[in-house]
Amino acid sequence: MDKFTTLDGLVAPLDRANVDTDQIIPKQFLKSIKRTGFGPNLFDEWRYLDEGQPGRDNSQRPLNTDFVLNQPRYQGAQILLTRRNFGCGSSREHAPWALLDYGFRAIIAPSFADIFFNNCFKNGVLPIVLPEAVIDALFDEVEQTEGYTLNVDLAGQYVQRPNGERTAFEVDPFRKHCLLNGLDDIGLTLQDADAIHAYEAARQKKEPWVFVE
Amino acid sequence: MAGKTLYDKLWDAHLVTERDDGSALIYIDRQIIHEVTSPQAFEGLRLAGRQPWRVGANFATLDHNVPTTPFSNASEIVDDTSRIQVQTLEDNTRSFGIREFGIGDVRQGIVHVMAPEQGAVLPGMTVVCGDSHTSTNGALGCLAHGIGTSEVEHVLATQCLVAKKMKNMQVRVEGDLGPGVTAKDVVLHIIGVIGTAGGNGHALEFAGSAIESLSMEGRMTICNMSIEAGARAGMVAVDDKTIAYCEGRPFAPTGEQWDQAVAYWRTLRSDDDAVFDTLVEIDAAEIQPQVSWGTSPEMVLPVGATLPDPDSETDAVKRSGMVRAYEYMGLTPGMKISDIHVDRVFIGSCTNSRIEDLRAAAEVARGRKKSDSVKQVLVVPGSGLVKRQAEEEGLDKIFLAAGFEWREPGCSMCLAMNPDRLLPGEHCASTSNRNFEGRQGNGGRTHLVSPAMAAAAAVAGHFVDIRRFAEEA
Repeated sequence: MDKFTTLDGLVAPLDRANVDTDQIIPKQFLKSIKRTGFGPNLFDEWRYLDEGQPGRDNSQRPLNTDFVLNQPRYQGAQILLTRRNFGCGSSREHAPWALLDYGFRAIIAPSFADIFFNNCFKNGVLPIVLPEAVIDALFDEVEQTEGYTLNVDLAGQYVQRPNGERTAFEVDPFRKHCLLNGLDDIGLTLQDADAIHAYEAARQKKEPWVFVE
Repeated sequence: MAGKTLYDKLWDAHLVTERDDGSALIYIDRQIIHEVTSPQAFEGLRLAGRQPWRVGANFATLDHNVPTTPFSNASEIVDDTSRIQVQTLEDNTRSFGIREFGIGDVRQGIVHVMAPEQGAVLPGMTVVCGDSHTSTNGALGCLAHGIGTSEVEHVLATQCLVAKKMKNMQVRVEGDLGPGVTAKDVVLHIIGVIGTAGGNGHALEFAGSAIESLSMEGRMTICNMSIEAGARAGMVAVDDKTIAYCEGRPFAPTGEQWDQAVAYWRTLRSDDDAVFDTLVEIDAAEIQPQVSWGTSPEMVLPVGATLPDPDSETDAVKRSGMVRAYEYMGLTPGMKISDIHVDRVFIGSCTNSRIEDLRAAAEVARGRKKSDSVKQVLVVPGSGLVKRQAEEEGLDKIFLAAGFEWREPGCSMCLAMNPDRLLPGEHCASTSNRNFEGRQGNGGRTHLVSPAMAAAAAVAGHFVDIRRFAEEA
């Protein structure tokens, strides 16, 4: 996993609530057995006017020019600004894979769905919860200012606007540590192998039926 | 000190270690595996040279990609990407020695139907699967939730998850459910009340006399859709029905261990003095048969309602969501739900493909015919065993006589990863769980309903109130 420390990135606004993971990456692309290559099909049903299929050359497909990510001013965006309950629905990790593959490293919203939120951290994508009033203001500023960027500092836990104003955000200490250092948490968990074995031995006495072969 | 909730008890029983930073290692008793969210996890294990921590904890089957027309071998799957994914699971389970109920095995089926049916999942367990509807299993009094693929790999490698304790939420449904009101209507009503983010950050326990009155299948339907209410995990306390359901299942304990298990399982309920962070109380008598009209499960109404006016919604974000939903669904405010015509009907999915669901649909279909205006009615049992039981009861003959199609087990039209799907613009009465844009096929328009309501819509060609259906038909 890539580290996440600071990010100075162009912001793209996606002014919709309850964006579900079926929208982020539609089902037909879940048939891939890889972790990469989902970026061209991020928000496929909104980005293109035809139906996408895995393996198709997306550069030849008709674009929905009304869709925000197709607007020239948002090309190269690394921060997605959106509305409440982003990432609801299916647990597919293909959703953060697609966002990351497209180029997004941070997503800012008033709230996220639980599984998606968790999946982001496993992939070096930082989901940031900010108050609804701040989100409203950011949407206005992005709309009004071409080339609008935000500075995200994970160690300092703040988002800084172009005028220098900072808004703090919360992040779980363990997840922060893993992101800052790009750590694979399987290796960390295996450091507790003795504790896991001890737990299993105790459980096996109490609930032997759990431990079927 | 306040008593413990069911979730508190399950959490405490699975705590391996707590870390200074507030995170914890939670032991996972069962992992259920399917073909879509596991290939990258197995690849990760291979790349790191790791083996599964406890092979026996894993149960695999195929569901999302499999066609629901008869076939006997993965090589017969026409779609290349689907076939590769199915074959990849077969290869992975074989090489890591993981138990798989594959093609041609009567136990094959939708993960969340197969697991309780086999007794693979039992009360008091922690259960994960790379699928958000894993919450279904919480109906047995366990802590069950969906995870992403990185965590599938993490559980394979360590039998644990790094977790943070969620908040406690209880939805109490008290009183008697009216005639024609099913578990599906209860959960759709709950989602309509608390919204699709209502349970975010919470473990959600369903309780109250109306929940207790439901069968195990009904409780599974309710827990299945806790994720549509925002909660990763839904659960119901253990009672006599839970224990009767588990008895005799292939992977359930027997003899002395069974008695020991039952004694423990009976403790799996929230204490009377347990405190919930969030409590929602619902009067069962208020719940009516439900139909979703929009593109989020919270856009749901009683069947007798008319579609809402976005202008009367005060929340700007919700209002714009409604406007977009109307555009996508091709509907207009003020329209009666009963005036929505359906092009296809889907009876199946991890929400509603168990024997009780098929019986309810068959009861409506018996002696009736699908409307000529309905192009297709799919009935898809949740597993090979459900299919066999339904056939023993003659349900397949009732469906076929009504012009419905009787299919092989799988996820089918719930998510259009297999040949069953909607065409753009088609309206579908569906017993599945998500009405998101494109979920059942690009441009498809989903209306979530109970199995009886879906069968009634198939006969009438439009939505009808199941409570008045008998008189009208």
